[in-house]
Amino acid sequence: MHLNRIKSIAEMNRSIITVVGKDTVGIIAKVCTYLAEKNINILDITQTIVQGYFNMMMIVDTGKVTENFNSLACDLEELGKGIGVQIKCQREEIFEKMHRI
Amino acid sequence: MININEVIETNRMIEKENLDVRTITVGISLLDCAADTVDEVCAKIRDKIFRTAGRLSDTAADISREFGIPIVNRRVSVTPISLVGASACKTPEDYVKIAVALDEVAEKIGVNFLGGYSAIVSKGMTESDRLLINSIPEAMARTGRVCSSVNVGSTKTGINMDAVRLMGETVKKTAEATREKDSLGCAKLVVLCNAPDDNPFMAGAFHGVTETDAIINVGVSGPGVVKYALESVRGASFEVLCETIKKTAFKITRVGQLVAQEASRRLGIPFGIIDLSLAPTPAIGDSVADILHEIGVEKAGAPGTTAALAMLNDQVKKGGVMASSYVGGLSGAFIPVSEDQGMIEAAGCGALTIEKLEAMTCVCSVGLDMIAIPGDTPDSTISGIIADEAAIGMVNQKTTAVRIIPVIGKTVGDTVEFGGLLGHAPVMPVNRFGCEDFIRREGRIPAPIHSFKN
Repeated sequence: MHLNRIKSIAEMNRSIITVVGKDTVGIIAKVCTYLAEKNINILDITQTIVQGYFNMMMIVDTGKVTENFNSLACDLEELGKGIGVQIKCQREEIFEKMHRI
Repeated sequence: MININEVIETNRMIEKENLDVRTITVGISLLDCAADTVDEVCAKIRDKIFRTAGRLSDTAADISREFGIPIVNRRVSVTPISLVGASACKTPEDYVKIAVALDEVAEKIGVNFLGGYSAIVSKGMTESDRLLINSIPEAMARTGRVCSSVNVGSTKTGINMDAVRLMGETVKKTAEATREKDSLGCAKLVVLCNAPDDNPFMAGAFHGVTETDAIINVGVSGPGVVKYALESVRGASFEVLCETIKKTAFKITRVGQLVAQEASRRLGIPFGIIDLSLAPTPAIGDSVADILHEIGVEKAGAPGTTAALAMLNDQVKKGGVMASSYVGGLSGAFIPVSEDQGMIEAAGCGALTIEKLEAMTCVCSVGLDMIAIPGDTPDSTISGIIADEAAIGMVNQKTTAVRIIPVIGKTVGDTVEFGGLLGHAPVMPVNRFGCEDFIRREGRIPAPIHSFKN
């Protein structure tokens, strides 16, 4: 496959943030505050309870973030540890690729 | 837009069911590293590998982080060294020097295995091929990351029985040379028939001469994911079973395709193929034997195992081919014994024998893999096992391989610990009747009649 025909993933900028853990007060508030500080726009929020655990998914636009993706993911992971939940930030493509033809 | 259940499903596969990308392997042509002296060859090899794959480890770590998918191994495959060293190497020791150089550069760039200390001798052996094969025991003993493979036959050429005889001796010598480590050297040595040029998996990976200068090949995995998916369709018909395996294989392969394209873009190296193999690890829940159990055989090796494996292998391919435009390598289900907890248990309780494994290799993606046998097994018997596997590959137009470990000083009933991804294994009994007169014959077995397709 020719290199320049591969769709450049860097040009896309949607990421999925997932929060999994015990429900407590202020989870969304803390995550949203952090995102606002980093100039990250939230496109969609969904939440559900799976096997007694709080599951939240945010689709966010990381296009205006200046720092690299890794430090963003690390920050969110740390933030999660502080409130006793697991927070992951992943590029959207992995879900798109797996679930859409 | 992606919904939360899809996100949860993907992350459950990764966190609970051991979904991962097993390896990103950069294939590098070393044909332009040929020179008049061994030192010159080594210098050119170090330089070229470092230049091409120096950023591989960091890039893989970045991709892994961004997509949240583990990338377990970063590896390099190179042009068969018997070609690269042909003009410079005059003795086996010269080849060992190259092996050591490869080992050093592999460590420097942070790859855990480098494949391609190889010779392709399907029809005949050059002097250079012979020197390389003779150097294998010493090379495997002196290096930790270098993997060696020798292709002794193909459907088009038949089987080079002189090479088969030599490889029986070489496997045994390699076991002797690494006896202090439970003959671990043999875990890095594989004898192939119909070896593919673009296999990203060790120990049989090499960069074929039909390939371009550098290429990214990705091996995906996910026995745990298939096993979990099958739990939800217990007792269902074969149609439902096959559909479930196909859908799962599709999802797994798509992740591999994404990672391969990303790695290709970031490293500036063209994307080659996805190898959509179910590659087990010794971790609990990451076992092909467990899938066979879930399909309905009590233990791997019980009657029905070959049929179940044939179906599994076929469905994995059918699901995977639609997920990637370029599928290659070995693609199918691996059945290594020591690297699969379910296989280890089946071998331990007597359900699984070498003869049954041989039957299973007719329908799986590769061959007899990571099987520990008694250290006093005669060379000719090992050659016989290799010849049998090569014959299966030659006649069925598929890749087959033998990676067996005659563990020096151990016998049936003992256990061997290889460590890490290589796992542990019970020493399995080998048929005690010999084949010395067969192996002593010189020459080659002609190509089968159905190879004449011209």
